[in-house]
Amino acid sequence: MSELMLGQHQLGTSTITSRTSLTSPTTDTVKAALYLASATLNASTTVYSATGEVSGTNYIAGGVTVTNGNTPASTNSSITAGVAYWTPSASIAYTTVTLSTSFDTVFLYNSTQSNKAISVHTFTAQTVVAGTFTILMPSNTTAAALIRFSTT
Amino acid sequence: MLITTTKGDMEEALLEKREGSIDNDNELTTWVEYWDAGELVHRSAHVTLKKSFSPFVEVAPLG
Repeated sequence: MSELMLGQHQLGTSTITSRTSLTSPTTDTVKAALYLASATLNASTTVYSATGEVSGTNYIAGGVTVTNGNTPASTNSSITAGVAYWTPSASIAYTTVTLSTSFDTVFLYNSTQSNKAISVHTFTAQTVVAGTFTILMPSNTTAAALIRFSTT
Repeated sequence: MLITTTKGDMEEALLEKREGSIDNDNELTTWVEYWDAGELVHRSAHVTLKKSFSPFVEVAPLG
């Protein structure tokens, strides 16, 4: 199932950007943007938008690039059951920022593919004052990975 | 140790330090604040996400 995360199927009209070469494809760039507690992001969010995004000292609209060093993996327990999973390979850090208005959401998106949505994650609302906001990643395992596709 | 604050780098010993955390099914969040004479001059936070984004994918039986 990890092939789902690698985008190796084209089941409809393609809208993706070419990976440059079929013999030496490139990895997409994943970015992480922060959103205010008042913003509305959910499973129906399909693309990055600056609406509701945080703003403040040293925060650049669009967020930061996510270290994408892990290849999606999967474990399969039967012919139809299994879990595909992926986790960024490093923490996401916003360094020396001031974000005075409460925010509670991080939005991962694919900036190579027209800023299409990957996932939305929420946490207890925070503010940052002349400090660092870090999102530490769970273990990249079947049970704990940040993004998992499962079948039973 | 120097702390980055809204007033520039300041010696940690001169500031009041406050810390807190939240630990639930969704996250482990910790934060640290430094106060100078009742004024918040530094706040950092660190979130470890516990709950995965995990859509269910159904495989329909044939026939």
